[in-house]
Amino acid sequence: MNVNVSRWILVAYGLYLFLPLYWLMSMALRTNADIVGEFSVFPVAPTLANFREIFVNPVWYQAFGNSLSYVAINTLISLAVAIPAAYVFSRYRFLGDKQLFFWLLTNRMAPPAVFLLPFFQLYSAIGLFDTPLAVALAHCLFTVPLSVWILEGFFSGVPTELDEMAQMDGHSFIYYFFRVFLPVNRGAIGVTLFFCFMFSWVELLLARTLSGAETKPIVVVMTRTVSASGLDWGLLAAAGVLTVIPGVLVVWFVRKHLVKGFALGRVS
Amino acid sequence: MLPLLTNKRWLKVTAFKPHNNRAWLGVLPVFLIVGFSAVIPLMTVVNYSVQDILDFNSRFFVGFQWYRDTLNDARFVDAFIRQIGFSATVLAVEIPLGIAVAKGISKTSRMTPIVLVLLALPLLIPWNVVGTIWLMFARPDIGLLGVLINAAGFSYNYTADPLHAWLTLVAMDVWHWTSLVALLSFAGLTSIPAPYYQAAELDGARAWQVFRYVELPRLRGVLVIAVLLRLMDSFMIYTEPFVLTGGGPGNSTTFLTQYLATMAVGQFDLGPAAAFSVLYFLFILLFCWLFYTMVMRNDER
Repeated sequence: MNVNVSRWILVAYGLYLFLPLYWLMSMALRTNADIVGEFSVFPVAPTLANFREIFVNPVWYQAFGNSLSYVAINTLISLAVAIPAAYVFSRYRFLGDKQLFFWLLTNRMAPPAVFLLPFFQLYSAIGLFDTPLAVALAHCLFTVPLSVWILEGFFSGVPTELDEMAQMDGHSFIYYFFRVFLPVNRGAIGVTLFFCFMFSWVELLLARTLSGAETKPIVVVMTRTVSASGLDWGLLAAAGVLTVIPGVLVVWFVRKHLVKGFALGRVS
Repeated sequence: MLPLLTNKRWLKVTAFKPHNNRAWLGVLPVFLIVGFSAVIPLMTVVNYSVQDILDFNSRFFVGFQWYRDTLNDARFVDAFIRQIGFSATVLAVEIPLGIAVAKGISKTSRMTPIVLVLLALPLLIPWNVVGTIWLMFARPDIGLLGVLINAAGFSYNYTADPLHAWLTLVAMDVWHWTSLVALLSFAGLTSIPAPYYQAAELDGARAWQVFRYVELPRLRGVLVIAVLLRLMDSFMIYTEPFVLTGGGPGNSTTFLTQYLATMAVGQFDLGPAAAFSVLYFLFILLFCWLFYTMVMRNDER
C-alpha cells in the first residue's frame, strides 16, 4: 500500500472522527431550545450555562467522583493481580496454563447483560451493593483478562537473558522484579492502565446495576437526565464532553509509553 | 522471488519455557478474583435456566424446556442472524480501515503522540454518550449528518427506514471502534525490526509486497487481539443501538443482547432469559474457540 494513499485515508478518517465530536461540543454550547429548534452548523448564541450547571450541581460533580473512584480501584486491582499472572504465563509452562488462559478470555466474552441479575444478587448478598468496590470488582471480570492478555504479550517480548543476568548478579527475585523488570516494562503497564481505565470508564450496564443512590456514577446520572427533565440535550452533551476529559488526561500522561509501550509488544 | 522475505526461518527466536507448577502461585490472585465474579453468576444463570420462576418463592423445575423454546423462537433466530450480519459487517470494515489508518501515521514525527491521543478519543466516550452523539448527529431535521445527506439529494431518515438505521449503526460502530484497530496496528507496525525492511529493499520489493510479506505477517499477533476484541464486543453490543435506534424501526436493529435485556429486565422472564443467555454464551465461546485454535494451529506450523 502506498504511503501517500494511507496518509489521505488517515486525513479523511480524522475528519470522519472529528465531525460527531464537533457536533457534541456544539450542542454543549447551546441551549436546549437552540438545539431542537432551527438547524445551524454553528451555535447561534454560544453559552456556557450547561457546563456551569454541572459544576454547581452536586448530583453531577459527585457522580464524577463516584465514577473516578471505582475506575481507580478497578485499575489498581487489575494491575496488581495481572502483573504477576502475566509474568508467570510468559516465563513458565504449568499444569492447565493454556486452558486457564482461554478460560480467562471467555470471561471477556460474557455479555454483561447476561449477568446483571446474578451480579446484583451476589453483591447484595455479601453486602457490597452500592459501594465503589462492587462496581470495581465486577469490572474486573473483563479488565483483568484483558490486562493479563496484553501484559503477557509484552512480557514475552522481554528476553529471558534479563532474568538470568539479574540472577548471576546475585540479586534476589523480588529486587529484580521490582527494580529491573517492572521499570523495563513501564510502557506495557502504561498501555494496560489505559485499557483498564477505558473499559471501566465507559461501561454502563454493570455500573448502573451495582450502584444505588450513594454511588451513582456519571454515566447513570446522564441516562437519568434524559428521562427526568424532558431530554435536555445541551446538558447531556456538556456532561458528555466532560466525561472525555479524564480519559484524555490518562492518555496524555501515558502518551510516550503508548508509542514506546505498543512498540515493545509482541507482534508475532 | 523475494528470497529473503519468503524464508520465514531467519531472525526467528523460539523462547524456551521451563515447566514449573509453582507458577500457579502467580496466577492464583487472578484465578480467585475473576472466578468470584465469573463462576458464581454463571452458576446462578444456569440454575435459573432450568426453572420456571414466578417469583422467588415459587419456582418449578422445567428441565430443558426453555432451551427448546429459545431455539424454536423465530425472534431469537432473527436476532441471531441480524447479529452475525452486523458483526461481520463491522469487522469487514474496521480491520482493513484500521490497518490503513495505522499505515498513515508517521512513526517518527513529533506529532505522532498527539495523533494517537486524538485517535483514542472515541474510545474514551461512555457508550450511552456515543449513542446520544449519533442520535443527534444523524437526525434528519437538526443533525449535521442527517441534514448534509438530505441536502445532497438523498432522502435519509434512520428512524423510519431499516436500511438507513443499519447504515447509521455501522457508521457509528466504525467511528467508535476503528481507532482501537488502528492503535493496535500502529503498535505492531512500529515494532517491526529495521532488518526486515532492509531485506525487502535488497529484494527490490514493491510497496504492496512489503506490506504483504513484511508488515502483514508481523501484524498477525495484534490483529488476532483486534479481531477477537471486536468480535466479542460487537456481539454483545447493547447500549449504543439501544440509545440510537431502540432496536427499530420495527425489530430491524434488535440484536441479541437487546432482545435478551427486554426479556430479562422488561418482562422479567428469568427462566427463558437465562436459557437464552447460556445459549448465547456457548455460541460466542464456540466462535472464539474456533478462531483461537485456528490461529494457534497456524502458529505451531
